[in-house]
Amino acid sequence: MDATDLARWQFAITTVYHFLFVPITIGMSLIVAVFHTAWVRTHNPQWMRLAKFFGKLFLINFALGLVTGIVQEFQFGMNWSDYSRFVGDIFGAPLAIEALLAFFLESTFLGLWIFGWGRLPEKLHATTMWLVHIGTVLSAYFILAANSFMQHPVGYTYNAASGRAELTDFFAVLTNKVQLVTFPHVIFAAYMAGAGVVMGVSLWLMRREAKAAADDAQDVARTDAPMYRRATRIGAVLTLVAAVGVSVTGDVQGKIMTEVQPMKMAAAEALYVSVPAGEGAPFSVLTVGSLDGSHANALIEIPGLLSFLATGNVQGAVRGINDLKAEYAKTYGASGNPRVADVATAFVPNIPTTYWTFRLMIGLGIATALIAIAVLWLTRKGRTPTARWLAYAAVAAPLLPVFANSFGWIFTEVGRQPWLVFGLMTTANGVSPSVSMGEVITSMVVFTLLYGALAVVEIKLFLHYVRKGAEPFEEPQDPADRDEDAPLVFAY
Amino acid sequence: MDLATFWFIVIGVLWTGYLVLEGFDFGVGMLLPVLGGTRYASDAADAEKRRRVLLNTIGPVWDGNEVWVLTAGGATFAAFPHWYATLFSGFYLPLLLILVALILRNLGFEYRHKRPEARWKARWDLAIFWGSLVPALLWGVALTNIVRGVPIDANKEFTGNLFTLLNPAGLLGGLVFVALFLTHGAIFVALKTDGKIRHEARQIAERVGVVAAVLAVALLLWIGITDGKLASWVTTVVAAAALLGGLAANRAGREGWAFIGTAVTIGMAVATYFLVLFPNVMPSSTNPDWNLTIANASSTDYTLKVMTIVALIFTPIVVMYQGWTYWVFRKRLTVKHIPEDAPREPVSR
Repeated sequence: MDATDLARWQFAITTVYHFLFVPITIGMSLIVAVFHTAWVRTHNPQWMRLAKFFGKLFLINFALGLVTGIVQEFQFGMNWSDYSRFVGDIFGAPLAIEALLAFFLESTFLGLWIFGWGRLPEKLHATTMWLVHIGTVLSAYFILAANSFMQHPVGYTYNAASGRAELTDFFAVLTNKVQLVTFPHVIFAAYMAGAGVVMGVSLWLMRREAKAAADDAQDVARTDAPMYRRATRIGAVLTLVAAVGVSVTGDVQGKIMTEVQPMKMAAAEALYVSVPAGEGAPFSVLTVGSLDGSHANALIEIPGLLSFLATGNVQGAVRGINDLKAEYAKTYGASGNPRVADVATAFVPNIPTTYWTFRLMIGLGIATALIAIAVLWLTRKGRTPTARWLAYAAVAAPLLPVFANSFGWIFTEVGRQPWLVFGLMTTANGVSPSVSMGEVITSMVVFTLLYGALAVVEIKLFLHYVRKGAEPFEEPQDPADRDEDAPLVFAY
Repeated sequence: MDLATFWFIVIGVLWTGYLVLEGFDFGVGMLLPVLGGTRYASDAADAEKRRRVLLNTIGPVWDGNEVWVLTAGGATFAAFPHWYATLFSGFYLPLLLILVALILRNLGFEYRHKRPEARWKARWDLAIFWGSLVPALLWGVALTNIVRGVPIDANKEFTGNLFTLLNPAGLLGGLVFVALFLTHGAIFVALKTDGKIRHEARQIAERVGVVAAVLAVALLLWIGITDGKLASWVTTVVAAAALLGGLAANRAGREGWAFIGTAVTIGMAVATYFLVLFPNVMPSSTNPDWNLTIANASSTDYTLKVMTIVALIFTPIVVMYQGWTYWVFRKRLTVKHIPEDAPREPVSR
């Protein structure tokens, strides 16, 4: 393992971990804002209880997303200083703008939301959570614009004198065609994750309440089961809507990816040998044995599907890894750019990784949608089912879409290799020359141990609050009539 | 003035915003075991209440305060990629420590009140204390070293290690930051609370303030004598005057003025640093020809122009809504504002 591998592992660990919390934050901030607004509109106590309950779970999750995000802001410079020098003129701007437009919005208004109970007028209070949500979406936009530049550089010129890529058109960076499909894809995927949490948690609590009522021969309607049923169904509907959005945007994204990064599509299928037009490249659902191209033993194949994913035509031509590798070596090896000179010898994408993460991303997404459909069917017309498997479905509902998000990112980042910035810089050329192996190992060990320990704390705390369920309703006081010396409604 | 110089100033302003704002919440974090400890509290229950008063003075704002450093980091990346690259890869281990400290501290704020067990709270209290002390110290060490110069080679790469930074001036810089933030934080507590704790905070500010003044003057004189210029001497004098004025106001019970005094002190100290630094952004102690300067570390004019437009539109908006937050939570807190019994959750029972 060399310095590049270490830096890559470090980035992978810290970023994948960070992104476990991000989609939940984006999705749940929307749902909490909806619940809070529903309370303000209807003054139905259930909405207030749900807003506070999911608000609390949201905050437990948000805290870890926030702290691991600080690392992200600094680690480009720490571990990838040559990359930072090379693209800083372009890549830095969206990051700085993200901080100015999004981070301030999120953190300031979240503070107002947390401490606003009994202090802010109710409409304004609900608005603060909407602003938090807008902040999360803006944040996604700018960081994805930065990432899309790495996938498909636009709006720049290579300045040989300064030896770096320089920005020529910021608007082009913000409206990169990769960005325009990646952004909705990621947002829908985040909504699936947030909705999955709400669906799963509510389903579990609904089943618990309904079961307890049945055991005590009580009327289910008098328990909290109907409230959780409502939240479950809201989560399920949003899951399905988002699933449709993810599929549609994912499909468009696949075509653009084929156009700008054909290697990634070939790597997604482990397609070594090009398939000419008219033959129709199949999509294998399951493959055993070698993935090195010598003998692919696809067990289940869907004819023409890969061609369709890549080109929109079941007969479309799809280029294979071998051809593309030779082509990259020829095109970029002779370009004179020293940062890509190793492209011929650089690693191609790790094919088993791209192959399986692509399938896991799609498979887990489909599984989540199926759970949502089943849940909607079983809870139709006021039903509060208590079947045992629903408890497992409740656990799976938040986890599957979160992992689908992770696999999607692992696929798209590993699939970009050997490039750090496609066509401009290979990954090995981006690492910090002044950082020693010992330093990288130190930070990797520290972050891995710390993040591992924090995951345990976070999950325990999260489950503790899930088990407690929503607190009973308490009539809120008008901030204007509150006694100045009365204890705060919310305090740390 | 060219745009790169403008962005040098902007980054100075962002650091000022960060250190003035996070400075007091670092101070409150460091004072947690003192003002919330057995020395001042009558018993364990009282200590817990006092700690909660302290934490609630910064509760709604610490997160927004911290974004200033993220923005400073992002702006450095965008406006001076070489500065960002050299600094963050060069100061690798101190930054790692700062990151770990901030992670634990922030989780302390968020998670401490989420469980009633005393052991749980005590652990997060430690995280908040060390998570406030370590970054305060290390930012001081790091920024002082930037101003004084560090070994940088012809390729703009830092060639030192962690111990290069732990030189007398750097360490003094760290101590100055800690002492200043303690004073600033104590005055903030006095400004934001009432009753016993308010007066005790003022006493602490008085005592720590003297130490901070002595250390800060020593540091600024040191930097001034070695690298000072007229403008930096002016800001040094203003910083010293503001600190003395702030301490006098604190003694007179004028907490608002005292807070302005320490805020101006921190702002002028940052201004001194940046004035001494100008026109470099990271001087090389190895060879002055290898200095990172505003000119050789900056982005293109086009990028700076885009950033300038965005910053001019949005910075006033950010300052406005962040200022509004302070207005919403302007009321002084006392132990009676802390809900009885086990800490209440965001959800009312």
